[in-house]
Amino acid sequence: MINKLVIENLKHRWVRTLLAALVVGVQVMSILMLIGLSRGLLQESAQRARGSGADIFLKPDTQGTFSFSSGQLNQAFVPFVRKQPHVAQAVGVLSANVKLITTINGVDFPEFEKLSGGFHFQGGGPPSGPNDLVVDAAYARENGLHVGQTVMLLNHAWRLSGIVEGGVLGRLVVPLTTLQQLTGNATPPRISEILVKLDNPSLTSEEVTHFNELLKGNLQAISVGDFVAQFSVNNIPALQAFIAVITIMAVVVGFLVVFLSMYTAVVERTREIGILKALGAKPATVLDILVREAVLLAVAGCVLGIGLSYAARVLITAWMPASLAVINTPDWWPKAGAIALAGALLGAIYPGLKAARQDAIEALAYE
Amino acid sequence: MSSAVPNTNPQTDPIILVRGLTKTYHVGDVDVHALRGVDLNVQRGEFLSVIGPSGSGKSTLFHILGGLAPPSGGEVFIDGVDLRKLTENQRTELRQRKIGFVFQKYNLLPTLTARDNIALAQALGHADSRPSNFDEILQLLGIKHRLDHKPRALSGGEQQRVAIARALVNQPAILLADEPTGNLDTENSNAVLGILRDLNKRTGQTILMITHNPEAAAFADRTVTMRDGKCCD
Repeated sequence: MINKLVIENLKHRWVRTLLAALVVGVQVMSILMLIGLSRGLLQESAQRARGSGADIFLKPDTQGTFSFSSGQLNQAFVPFVRKQPHVAQAVGVLSANVKLITTINGVDFPEFEKLSGGFHFQGGGPPSGPNDLVVDAAYARENGLHVGQTVMLLNHAWRLSGIVEGGVLGRLVVPLTTLQQLTGNATPPRISEILVKLDNPSLTSEEVTHFNELLKGNLQAISVGDFVAQFSVNNIPALQAFIAVITIMAVVVGFLVVFLSMYTAVVERTREIGILKALGAKPATVLDILVREAVLLAVAGCVLGIGLSYAARVLITAWMPASLAVINTPDWWPKAGAIALAGALLGAIYPGLKAARQDAIEALAYE
Repeated sequence: MSSAVPNTNPQTDPIILVRGLTKTYHVGDVDVHALRGVDLNVQRGEFLSVIGPSGSGKSTLFHILGGLAPPSGGEVFIDGVDLRKLTENQRTELRQRKIGFVFQKYNLLPTLTARDNIALAQALGHADSRPSNFDEILQLLGIKHRLDHKPRALSGGEQQRVAIARALVNQPAILLADEPTGNLDTENSNAVLGILRDLNKRTGQTILMITHNPEAAAFADRTVTMRDGKCCD
Protein backbone atom coordinates (compact mmCIF):
# COMPACT_ATOMS: atom_id res chain seq x y z
CA MET A 1 0.00 0.00 0.00
CA ILE A 2 2.91 2.32 0.79
CA ASN A 3 4.28 1.70 -2.72
CA LYS A 4 0.91 2.66 -4.19
CA LEU A 5 0.91 5.86 -2.15
CA VAL A 6 4.43 6.64 -3.39
CA ILE A 7 3.49 6.08 -7.02
CA GLU A 8 0.25 8.06 -6.70
CA ASN A 9 2.15 10.93 -5.08
CA LEU A 10 4.59 11.02 -8.00
CA LYS A 11 1.75 10.78 -10.52
CA HIS A 12 -0.18 13.54 -8.77
CA ARG A 13 2.58 16.08 -9.54
CA TRP A 14 3.60 14.50 -12.80
CA VAL A 15 5.17 17.59 -14.36
CA ARG A 16 7.49 18.07 -11.41
CA THR A 17 8.20 14.36 -11.34
CA LEU A 18 8.98 14.33 -15.05
CA LEU A 19 11.25 17.37 -14.83
CA ALA A 20 13.13 15.99 -11.82
CA ALA A 21 13.59 12.63 -13.55
CA LEU A 22 14.66 14.40 -16.73
CA VAL A 23 17.37 16.38 -14.96
CA VAL A 24 18.63 13.23 -13.25
CA GLY A 25 18.46 11.56 -16.67
CA VAL A 26 20.56 14.27 -18.29
CA GLN A 27 23.21 13.69 -15.65
CA VAL A 28 23.15 9.95 -16.29
CA MET A 29 23.37 10.64 -20.01
CA SER A 30 26.34 12.97 -19.44
CA ILE A 31 28.23 10.24 -17.64
CA LEU A 32 27.37 7.59 -20.23
CA MET A 33 28.24 9.91 -23.11
CA LEU A 34 31.55 10.88 -21.55
CA ILE A 35 32.53 7.26 -21.11
CA GLY A 36 31.13 6.34 -24.54
CA LEU A 37 32.98 9.16 -26.25
CA SER A 38 36.23 8.42 -24.45
CA ARG A 39 36.07 4.77 -25.32
CA GLY A 40 34.87 5.48 -28.85
CA LEU A 41 37.72 7.83 -29.60
CA LEU A 42 40.29 5.50 -28.04
CA GLN A 43 38.84 2.50 -29.85
CA GLU A 44 38.97 4.36 -33.13
CA SER A 45 42.56 5.39 -32.54
CA ALA A 46 43.44 1.80 -31.69
CA GLN A 47 41.74 0.62 -34.85
CA ARG A 48 43.73 3.11 -36.95
CA ALA A 49 46.95 2.05 -35.21
CA ARG A 50 46.22 -1.59 -36.10
CA GLY A 51 45.18 -0.55 -39.60
CA SER A 52 48.55 1.02 -40.31
CA GLY A 53 50.00 -2.44 -40.91
CA ALA A 54 52.98 -1.87 -38.59
CA ASP A 55 54.22 -4.38 -36.04
CA ILE A 56 56.23 -1.96 -33.92
CA PHE A 57 56.02 1.77 -33.17
CA LEU A 58 59.17 3.74 -32.38
CA LYS A 59 58.60 6.92 -30.45
CA PRO A 60 60.89 9.44 -28.78
CA ASP A 61 62.03 7.99 -25.47
CA THR A 62 60.91 11.05 -23.53
CA GLN A 63 57.19 10.92 -24.26
CA GLY A 64 54.53 8.58 -23.03
CA THR A 65 52.30 6.38 -25.12
CA PHE A 66 49.81 9.19 -25.53
CA SER A 67 51.30 12.46 -26.69
CA PHE A 68 49.98 15.23 -28.84
CA SER A 69 53.37 16.88 -29.35
CA SER A 70 54.94 16.58 -32.77
CA GLY A 71 58.30 16.67 -34.44
CA GLN A 72 60.54 15.35 -31.68
CA LEU A 73 62.32 12.72 -33.66
CA ASN A 74 65.01 13.19 -36.29
CA GLN A 75 63.95 11.66 -39.60
CA ALA A 76 67.51 10.30 -40.04
CA PHE A 77 66.50 7.44 -37.74
CA VAL A 78 64.23 6.04 -40.46
CA PRO A 79 66.96 4.75 -42.85
CA PHE A 80 68.90 3.49 -39.82
CA VAL A 81 65.92 1.46 -38.67
CA ARG A 82 65.30 0.12 -42.17
CA LYS A 83 68.78 -1.42 -42.15
CA GLN A 84 68.10 -3.45 -39.00
CA PRO A 85 67.63 -7.19 -39.35
CA HIS A 86 64.03 -8.45 -39.79
CA VAL A 87 62.79 -4.96 -40.72
CA ALA A 88 60.76 -5.23 -43.91
CA GLN A 89 59.76 -1.57 -43.98
CA ALA A 90 60.02 1.54 -41.76
CA VAL A 91 58.07 4.74 -42.36
CA GLY A 92 58.24 8.07 -40.55
CA VAL A 93 54.95 9.75 -39.61
CA LEU A 94 54.51 13.34 -38.54
CA SER A 95 51.29 14.18 -36.69
CA ALA A 96 49.88 17.65 -36.08
CA ASN A 97 46.65 18.87 -34.55
CA VAL A 98 44.28 20.70 -36.87
CA LYS A 99 41.32 20.83 -34.51
CA LEU A 100 40.80 19.99 -30.87
CA ILE A 101 40.79 16.23 -31.37
CA THR A 102 41.55 15.93 -35.09
CA THR A 103 45.08 15.30 -36.26
CA ILE A 104 46.62 15.40 -39.70
CA ASN A 105 49.32 12.86 -40.58
CA GLY A 106 52.16 13.34 -42.97
CA VAL A 107 53.74 10.29 -44.63
CA ASP A 108 55.72 9.38 -47.69
CA PHE A 109 52.83 7.77 -49.57
CA PRO A 110 54.78 5.24 -51.71
CA GLU A 111 56.78 4.11 -48.68
CA PHE A 112 53.65 3.89 -46.50
CA GLU A 113 51.84 1.85 -49.15
CA LYS A 114 54.66 -0.70 -49.04
CA LEU A 115 54.13 -0.99 -45.27
CA SER A 116 50.35 -0.98 -45.05
CA GLY A 117 49.36 -2.46 -48.37
CA GLY A 118 47.91 0.86 -49.41
CA PHE A 119 44.72 2.80 -48.86
CA HIS A 120 41.39 1.61 -50.23
CA PHE A 121 40.07 4.56 -52.21
CA GLN A 122 36.33 5.17 -52.45
CA GLY A 123 36.95 8.10 -54.74
CA GLY A 124 39.96 9.78 -56.37
CA GLY A 125 43.46 8.44 -55.70
CA PRO A 126 46.74 9.01 -53.92
CA PRO A 127 48.37 12.44 -53.85
CA SER A 128 50.03 13.45 -57.09
CA GLY A 129 51.46 16.70 -55.77
CA PRO A 130 52.79 18.23 -52.53
CA ASN A 131 49.49 19.98 -51.74
CA ASP A 132 47.25 16.97 -52.14
CA LEU A 133 45.17 15.67 -49.28
CA VAL A 134 43.56 12.32 -48.61
CA VAL A 135 40.67 12.06 -46.10
CA ASP A 136 38.63 9.15 -44.87
CA ALA A 137 34.97 8.69 -45.75
CA ALA A 138 33.63 9.77 -42.33
CA TYR A 139 35.54 13.05 -42.46
CA ALA A 140 34.41 13.68 -46.03
CA ARG A 141 30.78 12.98 -45.06
CA GLU A 142 30.87 15.17 -41.96
CA ASN A 143 32.41 18.09 -43.86
CA GLY A 144 30.60 17.55 -47.15
CA LEU A 145 33.84 17.14 -49.10
CA HIS A 146 34.29 15.74 -52.59
CA VAL A 147 37.32 14.84 -54.67
CA GLY A 148 38.98 17.81 -56.34
CA GLN A 149 37.71 20.27 -53.76
CA THR A 150 40.06 22.74 -52.07
CA VAL A 151 40.28 22.29 -48.30
CA MET A 152 41.84 24.84 -45.93
CA LEU A 153 43.83 23.23 -43.14
CA LEU A 154 46.74 24.74 -41.17
CA ASN A 155 46.16 27.96 -43.15
CA HIS A 156 47.08 26.03 -46.28
CA ALA A 157 45.01 25.25 -49.35
CA TRP A 158 44.94 21.51 -50.06
CA ARG A 159 43.45 19.74 -53.04
CA LEU A 160 41.40 16.74 -52.01
CA SER A 161 42.92 14.01 -54.19
CA GLY A 162 41.16 11.01 -52.70
CA ILE A 163 38.63 9.67 -50.19
CA VAL A 164 39.60 6.42 -48.49
CA GLU A 165 37.93 3.90 -46.21
CA GLY A 166 38.57 4.67 -42.56
CA GLY A 167 40.70 2.80 -40.08
CA VAL A 168 44.14 3.30 -41.63
CA LEU A 169 46.65 5.68 -39.98
CA GLY A 170 44.37 8.73 -39.63
CA ARG A 171 41.45 10.73 -40.96
CA LEU A 172 43.66 13.24 -42.79
CA VAL A 173 46.84 12.21 -44.59
CA VAL A 174 49.15 14.50 -46.58
CA PRO A 175 52.66 14.30 -48.03
CA LEU A 176 55.23 14.32 -45.23
CA THR A 177 57.49 17.05 -46.59
CA THR A 178 54.66 19.55 -46.98
CA LEU A 179 53.45 18.97 -43.43
CA GLN A 180 57.00 19.30 -42.11
CA GLN A 181 57.32 22.70 -43.84
CA LEU A 182 53.95 23.89 -42.54
CA THR A 183 54.68 22.86 -38.95
CA GLY A 184 58.31 24.03 -38.74
CA ASN A 185 59.74 20.54 -38.78
CA ALA A 186 61.56 20.73 -42.11
CA THR A 187 65.10 21.66 -41.02
CA PRO A 188 66.30 19.21 -39.99
CA PRO A 189 63.40 17.00 -41.01
CA ARG A 190 61.57 15.76 -37.94
CA ILE A 191 58.81 13.26 -37.43
CA SER A 192 56.59 12.06 -34.55
CA GLU A 193 57.11 8.32 -34.80
CA ILE A 194 58.36 5.49 -36.94
CA LEU A 195 56.15 2.61 -38.04
CA VAL A 196 58.06 -0.62 -38.42
CA LYS A 197 56.93 -3.72 -40.31
CA LEU A 198 58.86 -6.92 -39.69
CA ASP A 199 59.54 -9.67 -42.17
CA ASN A 200 58.35 -12.11 -39.49
CA PRO A 201 55.68 -10.73 -37.14
CA SER A 202 56.22 -13.62 -34.71
CA LEU A 203 59.54 -11.98 -33.80
CA THR A 204 57.83 -8.78 -32.62
CA SER A 205 58.57 -9.30 -28.95
CA GLU A 206 62.26 -10.01 -29.53
CA GLU A 207 62.56 -7.09 -31.93
CA VAL A 208 60.96 -4.70 -29.42
CA THR A 209 63.61 -5.76 -26.90
CA HIS A 210 66.30 -5.42 -29.54
CA PHE A 211 65.19 -1.89 -30.51
CA ASN A 212 64.89 -0.77 -26.92
CA GLU A 213 68.49 -1.83 -26.28
CA LEU A 214 69.80 -0.48 -29.58
CA LEU A 215 68.05 2.91 -29.40
CA LYS A 216 68.10 3.40 -25.62
CA GLY A 217 67.90 7.10 -24.72
CA ASN A 218 66.68 8.05 -28.20
CA LEU A 219 63.70 5.91 -29.12
CA GLN A 220 61.31 3.69 -27.30
CA ALA A 221 59.88 0.64 -29.06
CA ILE A 222 56.44 -0.74 -28.36
CA SER A 223 54.60 -3.47 -30.20
CA VAL A 224 51.35 -2.46 -31.87
CA GLY A 225 49.57 -5.05 -29.70
CA ASP A 226 50.87 -3.47 -26.49
CA PHE A 227 50.24 0.01 -27.84
CA VAL A 228 46.62 -0.78 -28.64
CA ALA A 229 46.14 -2.49 -25.29
CA GLN A 230 47.01 0.79 -23.61
CA PHE A 231 44.12 2.55 -25.34
CA SER A 232 42.03 2.49 -22.19
CA VAL A 233 40.42 5.19 -20.10
CA ASN A 234 42.39 3.86 -17.13
CA ASN A 235 45.67 4.76 -18.82
CA ILE A 236 44.80 8.43 -19.22
CA PRO A 237 44.97 10.18 -15.84
CA ALA A 238 43.53 13.45 -17.17
CA LEU A 239 40.51 11.60 -18.54
CA GLN A 240 40.02 9.78 -15.27
CA ALA A 241 40.08 13.10 -13.43
CA PHE A 242 37.58 14.52 -15.90
CA ILE A 243 35.28 11.54 -15.37
CA ALA A 244 35.59 12.02 -11.61
CA VAL A 245 34.62 15.69 -11.94
CA ILE A 246 31.60 14.85 -14.10
CA THR A 247 30.59 12.14 -11.62
CA ILE A 248 30.78 14.54 -8.68
CA MET A 249 28.79 17.11 -10.67
CA ALA A 250 26.18 14.45 -11.42
CA VAL A 251 25.85 13.59 -7.72
CA VAL A 252 25.60 17.28 -6.78
CA VAL A 253 23.03 18.09 -9.48
CA GLY A 254 21.04 14.94 -8.65
CA PHE A 255 21.15 15.92 -4.98
CA LEU A 256 19.98 19.48 -5.68
CA VAL A 257 17.18 18.45 -8.02
CA VAL A 258 15.81 15.73 -5.77
CA PHE A 259 16.31 17.92 -2.71
CA LEU A 260 14.30 20.73 -4.28
CA SER A 261 11.61 18.36 -5.52
CA MET A 262 11.31 16.54 -2.20
CA TYR A 263 11.49 19.70 -0.13
CA THR A 264 8.68 21.27 -2.14
CA ALA A 265 6.70 18.05 -1.85
CA VAL A 266 7.14 17.93 1.92
CA VAL A 267 5.99 21.54 2.33
CA GLU A 268 3.05 20.96 -0.02
CA ARG A 269 2.09 17.77 1.75
CA THR A 270 2.41 18.99 5.32
CA ARG A 271 -1.23 18.23 6.07
CA GLU A 272 -0.95 14.80 4.43
CA ILE A 273 2.03 14.02 6.62
CA GLY A 274 -0.10 15.00 9.60
CA ILE A 275 -2.83 12.64 8.39
CA LEU A 276 -0.35 9.78 8.05
CA LYS A 277 0.94 10.42 11.54
CA ALA A 278 -2.58 10.55 12.97
CA LEU A 279 -3.27 7.21 11.29
CA GLY A 280 -0.25 5.74 13.05
CA ALA A 281 2.64 6.28 10.68
CA LYS A 282 5.93 6.34 12.58
CA PRO A 283 8.66 8.84 11.65
CA ALA A 284 10.55 6.01 9.96
CA THR A 285 7.49 5.26 7.82
CA VAL A 286 7.23 8.90 6.71
CA LEU A 287 10.97 8.95 5.91
CA ASP A 288 10.57 5.64 4.09
CA ILE A 289 7.85 7.12 1.84
CA LEU A 290 10.07 10.06 0.88
CA VAL A 291 13.09 7.84 0.29
CA ARG A 292 11.04 5.53 -1.94
CA GLU A 293 9.90 8.52 -3.98
CA ALA A 294 13.53 9.65 -4.36
CA VAL A 295 14.59 6.15 -5.39
CA LEU A 296 11.82 6.02 -7.98
CA LEU A 297 12.89 9.42 -9.33
CA ALA A 298 16.47 8.15 -9.59
CA VAL A 299 15.38 4.94 -11.32
CA ALA A 300 13.17 6.87 -13.76
CA GLY A 301 16.02 9.32 -14.34
CA CYS A 302 18.42 6.46 -14.95
CA VAL A 303 16.12 4.84 -17.53
CA LEU A 304 15.60 8.22 -19.20
CA GLY A 305 19.35 8.85 -19.14
CA ILE A 306 20.11 5.53 -20.83
CA GLY A 307 17.48 6.31 -23.47
CA LEU A 308 18.89 9.80 -23.95
CA SER A 309 22.42 8.43 -24.32
CA TYR A 310 21.22 6.20 -27.17
CA ALA A 311 19.47 9.16 -28.80
CA ALA A 312 22.56 11.35 -28.39
CA ARG A 313 24.72 8.62 -29.92
CA VAL A 314 22.45 8.43 -32.95
CA LEU A 315 22.57 12.21 -33.36
CA ILE A 316 26.34 12.44 -32.93
CA THR A 317 26.97 9.57 -35.33
CA ALA A 318 24.71 11.24 -37.89
CA TRP A 319 26.11 14.76 -37.51
CA MET A 320 29.76 14.27 -36.57
CA PRO A 321 30.88 10.80 -37.65
CA ALA A 322 34.50 11.88 -37.99
CA SER A 323 34.90 14.22 -35.03
CA LEU A 324 33.27 12.17 -32.33
CA ALA A 325 33.10 8.41 -32.13
CA VAL A 326 30.68 7.14 -29.48
CA ILE A 327 30.07 3.60 -28.37
CA ASN A 328 27.39 2.24 -26.05
CA THR A 329 28.59 1.49 -22.55
CA PRO A 330 26.08 -0.88 -20.91
CA ASP A 331 28.70 -1.91 -18.37
CA TRP A 332 28.48 1.65 -17.01
CA TRP A 333 24.68 1.60 -16.60
CA PRO A 334 24.87 0.24 -13.03
CA LYS A 335 27.58 2.77 -12.12
CA ALA A 336 25.62 5.68 -13.61
CA GLY A 337 22.52 4.38 -11.85
CA ALA A 338 24.38 4.18 -8.55
CA ILE A 339 25.60 7.75 -9.01
CA ALA A 340 22.06 8.97 -9.73
CA LEU A 341 20.77 7.02 -6.74
CA ALA A 342 23.43 8.45 -4.45
CA GLY A 343 22.48 11.99 -5.46
CA ALA A 344 18.78 11.27 -5.06
CA LEU A 345 19.18 9.66 -1.63
CA LEU A 346 21.33 12.55 -0.42
CA GLY A 347 18.66 14.92 -1.71
CA ALA A 348 15.89 13.04 0.09
CA ILE A 349 17.53 12.94 3.52
CA TYR A 350 16.84 16.47 4.77
CA PRO A 351 13.28 16.78 3.41
CA GLY A 352 12.61 13.26 4.66
CA LEU A 353 13.85 14.03 8.17
CA LYS A 354 11.92 17.30 8.16
CA ALA A 355 8.76 15.38 7.29
CA ALA A 356 9.51 12.64 9.84
CA ARG A 357 9.97 15.22 12.60
CA GLN A 358 6.80 17.10 11.66
CA ASP A 359 4.46 17.58 14.61
CA ALA A 360 1.19 15.81 13.79
CA ILE A 361 -1.07 18.46 15.34
CA GLU A 362 0.71 21.37 13.60
CA ALA A 363 0.73 19.44 10.33
CA LEU A 364 -2.99 18.74 10.57
CA ALA A 365 -3.66 22.44 11.16
CA TYR A 366 -1.56 23.43 8.10
CA GLU A 367 -3.56 25.23 5.43
CA MET B 1 2.09 -0.30 25.43
CA SER B 2 2.28 -2.23 28.63
CA SER B 3 1.29 0.64 30.91
CA ALA B 4 -2.03 -0.81 32.03
CA VAL B 5 -3.98 0.19 35.14
CA PRO B 6 -3.38 -2.30 37.92
CA ASN B 7 -6.38 -4.24 39.24
CA THR B 8 -8.75 -3.18 36.49
CA ASN B 9 -11.60 -4.94 34.78
CA PRO B 10 -11.55 -4.13 31.08
CA GLN B 11 -15.23 -4.99 30.70
CA THR B 12 -16.62 -2.78 33.43
CA ASP B 13 -14.05 -0.01 33.86
CA PRO B 14 -14.39 3.18 31.79
CA ILE B 15 -12.73 2.93 28.40
CA ILE B 16 -11.62 6.54 28.89
CA LEU B 17 -10.60 7.56 32.38
CA VAL B 18 -9.32 11.09 32.91
CA ARG B 19 -8.40 12.56 36.30
CA GLY B 20 -7.03 16.05 36.90
CA LEU B 21 -5.73 16.32 33.33
CA THR B 22 -3.72 19.44 32.65
CA LYS B 23 -2.02 20.63 29.51
CA THR B 24 0.24 23.64 29.33
CA TYR B 25 1.73 24.96 26.11
CA HIS B 26 4.82 27.10 26.21
CA VAL B 27 4.44 29.89 23.66
CA GLY B 28 7.66 31.90 23.81
CA ASP B 29 8.00 32.97 27.45
CA VAL B 30 4.29 32.57 28.10
CA ASP B 31 2.64 29.46 29.52
CA VAL B 32 -0.79 28.80 28.06
CA HIS B 33 -2.92 26.55 30.26
CA ALA B 34 -5.17 24.80 27.74
CA LEU B 35 -6.50 22.22 30.22
CA ARG B 36 -6.75 23.02 33.92
CA GLY B 37 -7.81 19.77 35.54
CA VAL B 38 -10.24 17.77 33.44
CA ASP B 39 -12.09 14.81 34.93
CA LEU B 40 -13.95 12.54 32.56
CA ASN B 41 -15.26 8.99 32.41
CA VAL B 42 -16.48 7.35 29.21
CA GLN B 43 -17.98 3.90 29.41
CA ARG B 44 -17.42 1.21 26.82
CA GLY B 45 -20.03 1.52 24.06
CA GLU B 46 -20.99 5.06 25.00
CA PHE B 47 -21.57 7.88 22.52
CA LEU B 48 -20.39 11.04 24.23
CA SER B 49 -20.28 14.56 22.92
CA VAL B 50 -18.03 17.24 24.32
CA ILE B 51 -19.36 20.69 23.71
CA GLY B 52 -17.92 24.08 24.44
CA PRO B 53 -16.96 27.42 22.93
CA SER B 54 -13.75 28.09 21.04
CA GLY B 55 -10.73 28.09 23.33
CA SER B 56 -12.45 25.94 25.94
CA GLY B 57 -9.88 23.16 25.49
CA LYS B 58 -11.98 20.72 23.42
CA SER B 59 -9.37 20.24 20.72
CA THR B 60 -6.54 19.89 23.24
CA LEU B 61 -8.53 17.16 25.02
CA PHE B 62 -9.12 15.51 21.61
CA HIS B 63 -5.40 15.56 20.82
CA ILE B 64 -4.42 14.08 24.18
CA LEU B 65 -7.08 11.36 24.12
CA GLY B 66 -5.99 10.54 20.56
CA GLY B 67 -2.36 10.21 21.58
CA LEU B 68 -1.33 13.08 19.34
CA ALA B 69 0.00 15.12 22.28
CA PRO B 70 1.25 14.11 25.73
CA PRO B 71 -0.51 15.36 28.85
CA SER B 72 1.30 17.80 31.15
CA GLY B 73 -0.24 16.43 34.33
CA GLY B 74 -3.04 14.27 35.74
CA GLU B 75 -4.08 10.77 34.72
CA VAL B 76 -5.34 9.54 31.36
CA PHE B 77 -6.18 5.91 30.72
CA ILE B 78 -7.38 4.72 27.33
CA ASP B 79 -8.68 1.16 27.33
CA GLY B 80 -6.51 0.52 30.36
CA VAL B 81 -3.35 2.14 28.96
CA ASP B 82 -1.75 4.94 30.96
CA LEU B 83 -0.95 7.65 28.44
CA ARG B 84 1.44 9.48 30.75
CA LYS B 85 3.92 6.62 30.58
CA LEU B 86 3.91 6.25 26.82
CA THR B 87 6.82 7.29 24.64
CA GLU B 88 6.09 8.99 21.33
CA ASN B 89 6.51 5.67 19.57
CA GLN B 90 4.08 3.98 21.94
CA ARG B 91 1.55 6.78 21.41
CA THR B 92 1.90 6.12 17.66
CA GLU B 93 1.11 2.45 18.29
CA LEU B 94 -1.88 3.50 20.40
CA ARG B 95 -3.18 5.50 17.43
CA GLN B 96 -2.67 2.51 15.16
CA ARG B 97 -4.62 0.08 17.32
CA LYS B 98 -7.00 1.81 19.67
CA ILE B 99 -8.01 5.14 18.12
CA GLY B 100 -9.96 6.01 15.00
CA PHE B 101 -10.01 9.66 13.97
CA VAL B 102 -12.68 11.60 12.14
CA PHE B 103 -11.73 15.20 11.42
CA GLN B 104 -13.72 18.28 10.49
CA LYS B 105 -11.87 18.59 7.16
CA TYR B 106 -12.15 14.85 6.39
CA ASN B 107 -8.36 14.62 5.93
CA LEU B 108 -8.39 12.00 3.21
CA LEU B 109 -5.21 11.65 1.18
CA PRO B 110 -6.04 13.36 -2.13
CA THR B 111 -3.84 11.12 -4.27
CA LEU B 112 -5.57 7.89 -3.22
CA THR B 113 -9.04 6.58 -3.95
CA ALA B 114 -11.52 6.11 -1.11
CA ARG B 115 -10.75 2.38 -1.16
CA ASP B 116 -7.01 3.04 -0.94
CA ASN B 117 -7.44 5.59 1.84
CA ILE B 118 -9.12 2.88 3.87
CA ALA B 119 -6.52 0.28 2.86
CA LEU B 120 -3.67 2.60 3.83
CA ALA B 121 -5.10 3.04 7.33
CA GLN B 122 -5.34 -0.74 7.56
CA ALA B 123 -1.73 -1.12 6.39
CA LEU B 124 -0.45 1.47 8.86
CA GLY B 125 -2.39 -0.29 11.61
CA HIS B 126 -0.73 -3.59 10.63
CA ALA B 127 -4.18 -5.18 10.62
CA ASP B 128 -4.29 -8.46 8.71
CA SER B 129 -8.03 -8.44 8.30
CA ARG B 130 -10.94 -6.05 8.44
CA PRO B 131 -13.74 -6.27 10.99
CA SER B 132 -16.16 -9.06 10.11
CA ASN B 133 -18.96 -6.49 9.89
CA PHE B 134 -16.98 -4.03 7.76
CA ASP B 135 -19.18 -4.71 4.74
CA GLU B 136 -22.19 -3.90 6.87
CA ILE B 137 -20.46 -0.69 7.98
CA LEU B 138 -19.80 0.29 4.37
CA GLN B 139 -23.43 -0.47 3.59
CA LEU B 140 -24.52 1.68 6.48
CA LEU B 141 -22.24 4.48 5.33
CA GLY B 142 -23.65 4.21 1.80
CA ILE B 143 -20.27 4.56 0.06
CA LYS B 144 -19.77 1.10 -1.42
CA HIS B 145 -20.35 2.39 -4.94
CA ARG B 146 -18.03 5.37 -4.45
CA LEU B 147 -14.94 3.56 -3.22
CA ASP B 148 -13.00 3.83 -6.47
CA HIS B 149 -13.24 7.60 -6.59
CA LYS B 150 -10.62 10.02 -5.38
CA PRO B 151 -11.65 12.56 -2.71
CA ARG B 152 -11.96 15.39 -5.23
CA ALA B 153 -14.74 13.44 -6.96
CA LEU B 154 -16.68 12.96 -3.73
CA SER B 155 -19.04 15.36 -1.98
CA GLY B 156 -18.22 16.58 1.52
CA GLY B 157 -20.70 14.16 3.02
CA GLU B 158 -19.26 11.25 1.07
CA GLN B 159 -15.70 12.20 2.06
CA GLN B 160 -16.69 12.28 5.71
CA ARG B 161 -18.34 8.88 5.41
CA VAL B 162 -15.15 7.49 3.83
CA ALA B 163 -13.23 9.04 6.73
CA ILE B 164 -15.53 7.22 9.15
CA ALA B 165 -14.93 3.93 7.33
CA ARG B 166 -11.18 4.58 7.46
CA ALA B 167 -11.40 5.28 11.19
CA LEU B 168 -13.20 1.98 11.81
CA VAL B 169 -11.15 -0.34 9.62
CA ASN B 170 -8.75 -1.29 12.43
CA GLN B 171 -11.54 -1.91 14.95
CA PRO B 172 -10.49 0.92 17.27
CA ALA B 173 -11.51 0.94 20.91
CA ILE B 174 -12.59 4.56 20.52
CA LEU B 175 -13.75 6.65 17.60
CA LEU B 176 -12.72 10.26 18.14
CA ALA B 177 -14.57 12.77 16.01
CA ASP B 178 -13.53 16.42 15.97
CA GLU B 179 -16.35 18.63 14.63
CA PRO B 180 -17.29 15.93 12.09
CA THR B 181 -20.08 18.06 10.65
CA GLY B 182 -18.26 21.39 10.75
CA ASN B 183 -17.82 21.50 6.98
CA LEU B 184 -21.17 19.98 6.01
CA ASP B 185 -24.56 21.40 5.19
CA THR B 186 -27.52 20.53 7.39
CA GLU B 187 -28.67 17.56 5.34
CA ASN B 188 -25.24 15.95 5.22
CA SER B 189 -24.61 16.85 8.87
CA ASN B 190 -27.72 15.04 9.93
CA ALA B 191 -26.82 12.07 7.75
CA VAL B 192 -23.31 11.78 9.21
CA LEU B 193 -24.54 12.23 12.78
CA GLY B 194 -27.24 9.65 12.15
CA ILE B 195 -24.60 7.24 10.87
CA LEU B 196 -22.44 7.77 13.96
CA ARG B 197 -25.43 7.12 16.19
CA ASP B 198 -26.38 4.00 14.19
CA LEU B 199 -22.83 2.71 14.37
CA ASN B 200 -22.83 3.20 18.10
CA LYS B 201 -26.15 1.41 18.52
CA ARG B 202 -25.53 -1.45 16.07
CA THR B 203 -21.88 -2.20 16.76
CA GLY B 204 -21.37 -0.81 20.25
CA GLN B 205 -18.58 1.42 18.99
CA THR B 206 -17.46 3.90 21.64
CA ILE B 207 -17.58 7.40 20.18
CA LEU B 208 -16.35 10.68 21.60
CA MET B 209 -17.41 13.64 19.50
CA ILE B 210 -16.13 17.18 19.91
CA THR B 211 -18.52 19.85 18.70
CA HIS B 212 -19.59 23.38 19.37
CA ASN B 213 -23.03 22.73 17.91
CA PRO B 214 -25.70 21.74 20.51
CA GLU B 215 -27.88 20.17 17.78
CA ALA B 216 -25.03 17.85 16.81
CA ALA B 217 -24.29 17.10 20.44
CA ALA B 218 -27.92 16.01 20.88
CA PHE B 219 -27.24 12.92 18.76
CA ALA B 220 -25.01 11.54 21.53
CA ASP B 221 -26.11 9.58 24.63
CA ARG B 222 -24.51 12.12 26.90
CA THR B 223 -23.02 15.56 26.59
CA VAL B 224 -20.32 17.17 28.69
CA THR B 225 -19.47 20.83 28.48
CA MET B 226 -16.02 22.32 28.56
CA ARG B 227 -15.21 25.87 29.58
CA ASP B 228 -11.86 27.50 30.33
CA GLY B 229 -9.97 24.23 30.17
CA LYS B 230 -12.23 22.38 32.57
CA CYS B 231 -14.86 19.76 32.00
CA CYS B 232 -18.23 19.73 33.77
CA ASP B 233 -20.42 16.63 33.48
